[in-house]
Amino acid sequence: MKYLDEYRDAEGARKFASLLARITTRPWTIMEVCGGQTHAIVRFGIDELLPSGITLVHGPGCPVCVTPIEMVDRAIAIARRPEVIFCSFGDMMRVPGTCSDLLRVKAEGGDVRMIYAPIDALEIAARNPDKQIVFFAVGFETTAPANALAVYQARRRGLRNFSMLVSQVLVPPAMQAILEAPRCRVQGFLAAGHVCAVMGIDAYGPLAARFGVPIVVTGFEPLDILHGITMCVQQLEEGRVEVENQYVRAVRPEGNRRARDLLAEVFCVVPREWRGIGEIPLSGLSLRPEYSDFDAERRFPAEVDSRRSIEPSLCISGEILQGLKKPSECPAFGRQCTPESPLGATMVSSEGACAAYYRYRHVRTEATTDGA
Amino acid sequence: MAPDREIQIDCPAPIVENQKITMAHGGGGRMMQRLLDRVILPALGGVTLAEQHDCAVLPMPAAGCLAFTSDSYVVHPLFFPGGDIGTLAVNGTINDLAMGGARPLWLSASFILEEGLPFETLRRVCGSMRRAAQAADVTIVTGDTKVVERGKGDGIFINTSGIGVIAHPHVVGPRQVQPGDAILLSGDVGRHGIALMAVREGFRLETPLESDCAPLARTCLRLFDADVPTHCLRDLTRGGLASALVEIAEASGLAFKVDEQAIPVHAAVRAICEILGLDALHVANEGRFITFVPAEHVSRALKVLQGDPLAADARQIGVVETGTPGSVTLRGALRTRRILDMLSGEQLPRIC
Repeated sequence: MKYLDEYRDAEGARKFASLLARITTRPWTIMEVCGGQTHAIVRFGIDELLPSGITLVHGPGCPVCVTPIEMVDRAIAIARRPEVIFCSFGDMMRVPGTCSDLLRVKAEGGDVRMIYAPIDALEIAARNPDKQIVFFAVGFETTAPANALAVYQARRRGLRNFSMLVSQVLVPPAMQAILEAPRCRVQGFLAAGHVCAVMGIDAYGPLAARFGVPIVVTGFEPLDILHGITMCVQQLEEGRVEVENQYVRAVRPEGNRRARDLLAEVFCVVPREWRGIGEIPLSGLSLRPEYSDFDAERRFPAEVDSRRSIEPSLCISGEILQGLKKPSECPAFGRQCTPESPLGATMVSSEGACAAYYRYRHVRTEATTDGA
Repeated sequence: MAPDREIQIDCPAPIVENQKITMAHGGGGRMMQRLLDRVILPALGGVTLAEQHDCAVLPMPAAGCLAFTSDSYVVHPLFFPGGDIGTLAVNGTINDLAMGGARPLWLSASFILEEGLPFETLRRVCGSMRRAAQAADVTIVTGDTKVVERGKGDGIFINTSGIGVIAHPHVVGPRQVQPGDAILLSGDVGRHGIALMAVREGFRLETPLESDCAPLARTCLRLFDADVPTHCLRDLTRGGLASALVEIAEASGLAFKVDEQAIPVHAAVRAICEILGLDALHVANEGRFITFVPAEHVSRALKVLQGDPLAADARQIGVVETGTPGSVTLRGALRTRRILDMLSGEQLPRIC
């Protein structure tokens, strides 16, 4: 299949692997920012092809994982209201709040619907004028334009029964927070290619310069990731600190101008809480005052007492999201915490690092490492 | 006006075409009898035993064992490209019998109908059941109809149970799987689940995907007719190929090694899976199966299977070894290995 098979070619992977083995003289720690990249690495066993000195640590780029537990609790409280049709991407349905999740709310009689595009929620709003339709707008810069478009169109169409529970976050401030952390061991980044396809690569130059880390904008297929790692290691070995673009087939330096304009029209930048990490300045998006009528937090205020939102004490997803630990280092992994009874969102999101390790590796057989 | 004309006092017969199921159709009275006589039995046609009795009386097979299975069918939408709930209800139960190595002979068909269901929908579904039963040479010998209030069902739920006969000496089941066996797959995977999802979610595809729903008994029986020592058969339904492999690995206590590259996936299925972050190996099928045969019989088994249109694309996808009991490892595109596991629930599409 075009655009897939040529980036999943075993021979191409072997070439990158041997090039990396040739150029790597010292240990390096590289963080892939996006959860989609983490899953590709674990699923395709990319880390097994690397020289032993190169360590990949997994970043915070899983939108489901970093949505604060208070926000999940708020979503659950709104979804339970009888007048509400609550719409969400599928990925959020199993994410544990303090004592429930959206799938359970649905089982208990709440009208919770899984949708594939935020614009579908508008159609539901138009068909159900006597109901309140709330869309859970979760994600990074990648989902933000489509979510912005939904609010923009709701206003134009006068769909007063539509509102959005916004939990949008931004990648570059999170990378900065990781680099500022005292225990940070990241020496180079693979930046999320699809985020850059929307936002461009301007934000990364100052980060690279200030913290002295190479940043390679990287795609999601195995050969993209191996290529991105190679470019990053080349910079590290040569002592260069630059922003480079591996994902040229999708990313223009300026990003997608129309998407950025739409974001600026609908959203403003605000501080946001990240699950497991804490508040990061200027790291999220919120609806602009002109669109505040569509803000579900205002329409359904005081649903949740945030002091009652409690993370399970065993869960180390915060450290995992910052690349400080790997899922396999968590004592609860595969024991108290499984996809059936998750302690943290990283175990249930399709982009969560714990979910990737559990799904592809949790029984480490001799066969997974024999390279056969 | 002619004074001697007789006055017609009978009401005209109700127009069945626009009729809908009411609670009275499940009440056990005359309305129910009419529903049976006018809709269900004519649509099921020649595949039912005509005698309406509380039970079916069946002839004892001359030799061999009986196989018995039961399954319930709920699907949304009721009609989808490549089949409907009626085709599923007949083929699904036939396939469960086939996986036991049996020749399916008789089915029961029980309907739970939702108040308000158009007769025409029921007639279409029963017609599909008739055609599916005829194609597979099975007879629907008994059944039942109940009606639930509007909002308490999803149009139609169907339960079918099936009886088949095992006339050959082969014992078929997960515990018969041996180290050294080859794992054969009858064709591409994931089409049923993705075809339904495409209809349900309104994906616009250049070429509509059709469910692979099909009766597999004849295909499987070819293996026994050719005397291929078939250790195990399993149809790939909910949970897909992955669940079938893991279930059998766990039941047999053996280790399976599977080559992901050898598993065929239709281009449209693959494309939708890639876009939504789904894995075709976990997607449901209704006309595919895996079989386990000793390595020395692989080429003969494949020849037998490939001679059948329902398994024309059959191929070997893996081998059985001793090793970590119950494990399934997959060698992927980059030739590294990973485990293959069952999912804890349904696959959910990713956010970005």
